[in-house]
Order: sequence, then C-alpha cells, then structure tokens
Amino acid sequence: MTISIDSKDSNTKSLQPKGWLRYFSFSLDHKVIGIQYLICGFLFYLIGGTLASAIRIELASPMSDFMPRDVYNQVLTLHGTIMIFLWIVPVVNGAFGNYLIPFYVGARDMAFPRLNAVAFWLIPPSGLMLVASYFVEGAAQAGWTAYPPLSITTPQSGQIIWIMSVLLLGGSSIFGGINFIATIIKLRRPGLKLMQLPMYCWAMLGTSLLVVLSTPVLAGTLILLSFDIVAHTGFFNPVLGGNVVVYQHLFWFYSHPAVYIMVLPAFGLVSEILPVHSRKPLFGYTTMVFSIMGIVVLGLVVWAHHMFTSGTPPWMRLFFTIATAFIAVPTGIKFFNWVATLWGGKISINSAMLFSCGFIINFVFGGITGVALAQVPFDIHVHDTYFVVAHFHYIVYGGTVFIIFSSIYHWFPKVTGKLMSEKLGIIHFSITFIGFNLCFAPQHWLGLNGMPRRVAEYDPQFQFVNQISSVGALLMAISTIPFLVNIFLSIKNGKDSGDNPWNALTPEWLTSSPPPVENWEGEAPLVEEPYGYGKPINQEN
Amino acid sequence: MTTLDSSKEIKKNKSEVSQHHEDFRMFGLITFLIADGMTFAGFFAAYLTYKAVNPLPDGAIYELELPIPTLNTILLLVSSATFHKAGKALLKNKNSDTQKWLLVTALLGITFLICQLFEYFNLPFGLTDNLFASTFYALTGFHGLHVTLGTLMILIISWQTRPKEGRITNQNMFPLEAVELYWHFVDGIWVILFIILYLL
Repeated sequence: MTISIDSKDSNTKSLQPKGWLRYFSFSLDHKVIGIQYLICGFLFYLIGGTLASAIRIELASPMSDFMPRDVYNQVLTLHGTIMIFLWIVPVVNGAFGNYLIPFYVGARDMAFPRLNAVAFWLIPPSGLMLVASYFVEGAAQAGWTAYPPLSITTPQSGQIIWIMSVLLLGGSSIFGGINFIATIIKLRRPGLKLMQLPMYCWAMLGTSLLVVLSTPVLAGTLILLSFDIVAHTGFFNPVLGGNVVVYQHLFWFYSHPAVYIMVLPAFGLVSEILPVHSRKPLFGYTTMVFSIMGIVVLGLVVWAHHMFTSGTPPWMRLFFTIATAFIAVPTGIKFFNWVATLWGGKISINSAMLFSCGFIINFVFGGITGVALAQVPFDIHVHDTYFVVAHFHYIVYGGTVFIIFSSIYHWFPKVTGKLMSEKLGIIHFSITFIGFNLCFAPQHWLGLNGMPRRVAEYDPQFQFVNQISSVGALLMAISTIPFLVNIFLSIKNGKDSGDNPWNALTPEWLTSSPPPVENWEGEAPLVEEPYGYGKPINQEN
Repeated sequence: MTTLDSSKEIKKNKSEVSQHHEDFRMFGLITFLIADGMTFAGFFAAYLTYKAVNPLPDGAIYELELPIPTLNTILLLVSSATFHKAGKALLKNKNSDTQKWLLVTALLGITFLICQLFEYFNLPFGLTDNLFASTFYALTGFHGLHVTLGTLMILIISWQTRPKEGRITNQNMFPLEAVELYWHFVDGIWVILFIILYLL
C-alpha cells in the first residue's frame, strides 16, 4: 500500500523560521531536532556537572560540612537522574540518531517527523520539572534508582514530581525508539541493503529494540510506585505485605538494558569515526553486526546481577553470573575490531581521534571491572561501595561521554561548515582524560577498602584518596571551558571546512555542509561501501 | 518525499509533489503496541511473583467471582468480531453498514466498562486492603483505561466514516485499521488477564 505525502508537511517546513530561531521552534526537520537534543542535553549536563562538583567538594573532607546529609542525598539523586535521563540517553540516541540516521538510510527525514518533534519537546518541560523537584519541600533523595522502601518513606512530594518527570522522559524515549526502528527498517532508499548500512544504524536499531522492550516496564513500575506513595497501596511496602525485591527486578529489567541504551549508540559512533581518521575499512563488519545483536539479546537477561545481595536464590545468581560474563564476548569482539581497524592505518591524530582512543582505553578498563563485578563473591564484597561508582563512571563517562565529545569534534564541520580549533581540542582532551582518570581510578581502591557510596560522611583514613579524586573532578569541570570557548570561537570565526573535510565516504558527507533542508539537492546517493577506504579510487587526493 | 525549496513551487506542482512511498504507519503502530504489551507484561510478572512468594495475610479477603468477568470476556470477543465486520463492510464501500457495526462495537465496549464498574462496586475488598487487591485494581484499571480510550476512538472513527462527507473511505482505511488492530490488542490482553487473574 502507498500513501501520498500531504503537501502540508512541506509547507509548514518551508514556513518555519530560518537561522538560529528555528532551534526554538516546533521544527519537523530531523537535523534541527538533532541539534535541539544536543544543546538541551548539554545544558542539563552543565547542571548535572555542577551537582557532581558539589558532591566532590563535600567528599573532600570526611565530615558533612559543605552541605547537610539530606541535601547531599538530594544532590546525588538529582545528579544521577539528570545525567542519565537528560544528558546521556537523549544526546547519544536523540541528538546523533536524529541527525545521522536519515542520512545513513538515504532519506529526507525520519519516518514520523511529527512524532519526532513531540519526542523532543517532551524533554525540556520534564527536565525543568525534575530540576524544580529539588526546590519543593521534601525533594527526592532515594538515588536515581528510587528503591523502596526508602523512596516511599522519605518525604514524598519531590519523589512524585521525580516519577512524573521520568515517566515523561520514558515516553519521549519510546517515541524516539519507534521512530528509529521504522526509519532504519522501512525508510531505506531503494537498493540499499541492511548489511550495507553504516554501523551506527545497526547500533541504533539494537538500542531502539531495547528501548521499546524495556522502557515500558519501567513506566509500569513507576506507576505502581506512585500508587504506593499517593494511594498508600502496598506493592513495594513490606509493612503492608508488599515485596521490595519485585521493584528491584522490574526496575533493573529496564535499567540494565538502559546501560546498553547508553553505550550501544556510542559503539556505533566510534565505528564511524575510527575508519575515517585511520583511512581503513571498519574491521569485521559482519561480526560487529552480530555482536550488537548479541548484546541486545543478552542485555535483556542479565538484570539480576545488580541484585546479588537482595536475597536472590543460588540458581538465579549462577544464571545471571554466567549470562553477564557472556556479554564480555560480543563486547570484546567489538574492541578487537576497533583496534584492528586502527592497526596499520594512516592515523591522523586530531581531537575526534583522541577522544575515540580515550574511549577505547577507558571502556576496556570499565569492562574488566564489569566482568569482575559479575562474579558473586567479589560483587558481595564491593556491593554499594565506591568500586561500583568507579566502574559505572568508567562505562558512562569514560565510554559514552568521551564518544559524545569525539562525535561533536567529528561532525561539527558537517553541522556548521566550519572547522574547530585543534589546539583547543587537544587541550580539552588532555584535561578531560587526566581529570577523569584522576577522579575515578582512585575510587576503585576506595571501594575495595570498603567506602560505601551515597553517604556524605566517611572514615577519615580515606581522606587523602578522596581529595585526589576531588582534584580530578575539578579538572573535569575546568575541561568544559576550552570546549565551550572552542565551540563559540569556531562558530564565529572558524576556518571554512568545505563539504567534506575528512574525505569521508559515509553518506552524510556526500552533500553540502551544512546540508540543505531536505538533505540532498537531487536523489540520495547509494552508498554500498560506507567504509571503502584504501582502494585506489578512494585514496586521498 | 518531496524535493522542494519554496512554498510557491508546492502550490504550482501540487499534483506532482505527491510522490509515493510505502506506508509504514501500521509498522509504527505495531511497534508501539509491542511496547504497550511490555507494560502489561511487567504488571503480570509482578502479579505472578506476588502469587508465588507473598502469602495472603490472615484475615485478608481476596475472592473473585467468575460470572461478570466471563460475560465481559464474551462481550470483548464479540466486539472484536463486530469490528471485523465493520472493516469488511467498508471494503465493499457500504459506509452506513460500517458505521452501524462500529456503533455496535462501541456499545459493547461501553457495556464492558459498565460491567467492570459494577464488579468493582460489588467486590468485598478495596484498593488498599491487601497486596492482591491492589494488584487486581491496578491491572484491571490499566486495562479498563485502554478500553475507554479504544471506545472513544471507535466513536470518533464511526463519525468519520459517515457516508459522503466522511474522511474514512475504502481509499483511506488506515484510521479504521489502526483502531481495529488496537482493539484486537486490548482484547487479547483481556484474555490473558482473565486467565491469569481469574482462572489461575
């Protein structure tokens, strides 16, 4: 069956404001929506980063002298929620997905442009709601996991706003996921086969499957939790006969896949960046595709490794330990492939490449501690200590955030037609990389020695190591400055980049930079070999 | 997909711009229903876990009667069939028949909701009485919300299929097909819910 595009769509599109004003409009253009996601996410990143700095200032001394204990709990709750739901997930999925996927499948827009705009515009109000929940009496202080009974016994008005906000963000995420699946499967230009798609499409397909299958479960769980708070039912309240472990199962059924929702797109993005800057085809395309799908399937059946200390029966521990260890296989394959892509390549050391290599180093470290954490005896020892905090930040900051920066350096010329300053980029990378490792590497030691997480006060013997960590956090905060300066200077007086400054072969570079409203002047090009570097015809110059 | 720079050109070539591409709205809807189904799956999983590990406290009342839900199951199953009839009639271009069948379907939906409310008012337990009571109301309530939404949509599309002026014709069947799929989905969920809540 076919339908005709009603011309209203194109009409509204061409009547939309031009220039920077369009970023404040209900635009249907996937490129505008992508940038909206990115900027909105970055603003929340600054808020979340400020909160993180406050946490590190507090932890520079063993007593809770910078802020009272309950404020500390509220700050860490807000920090976690903002960083996950308003920075990482929307940016690594929404921003880059919306900008790149239509190019990669050879389309002029996403499959459902209106749904796409709705998905974005759910984010600013729910983000503001979340931030506002901090200022009401009784702000949420149960961590980003909102475990009952803590979340139903602490003051509750903030917790309810928190739940509403996360529900809206989940809705936005589901709408985005539906859109990506439809775009990648149904909107490919004629002649483009699935196995010819750039790797980011596969990563987004896998991610979106996880979003569609797991996010609704979180929504259901939070609805039950809000019933517990508002209507005093007892789903998760042991006093009324409820069961807290059921909450944990349902919560982690979403929140473990959520980790893959945060890193799979990063895997896809790094697979786009490495071949371009090392002038070699992506190593092992097919194995990459299968390992992404393997991670999707396994990612859905490992959630209880977060709950080894929640009275899980032995058979369950055994199953989830083995399943978790198995995830290291497809992930390991991907890392070997990336290193093999670099091997013998003509590598240009620029900011995008540096951040991607930083990602590989950090993520391998986070991956190794991840396999360690999957082992029950070790996990019981370090459960809820700073070891977990360190592991998680190595994955999510050292992994995904590094790739977000790498991607910004890589695609900035595409979006603006200007080059970014490499000098400032390298300064940015150096401070971030040193600061990040200085901040989180010592936390492994803290965790192994028994410093619990989410507590404002700690044993004075840990003070020195905590101070090292806080210095690292300070460096990370400072590293934002060269980045922001770089962005503003490059937009204002950056050098012209031309249409394809990296001589890349993926489809988004085969149109002008910045691209025209509907992506291509004529027909979309058919790119059968997005990574066909190193062949005589494609050699530089 | 259109390749146009200005709105002027759109007006000029209005007939030319409507190039065709495959309709993937149904695909999007199916993806959404899978997501919606996962919400129910979460609720069912919670209920079954409670069943397995949380004993009913002494003196707590949690008893369900079968007659009303059985009647409700029959109502929904019949309504699925009448909706199917409506689609068949539209294919034959008999819009007034379609409208009739849609109204019958909506009526069945409303009857279902009335029976459900009747059951609620006659149950010996309330929302906060005990764990199973809460789960019962949450599950049936969430499903009832879906039925309410579906009934409203059926009323809207039955208005839109009115002969001559209606938007939905056998050239433009998507709204009807979409609501039909949704209705069958809600129906299927009820059957699972009936088995898990009332029969197990």
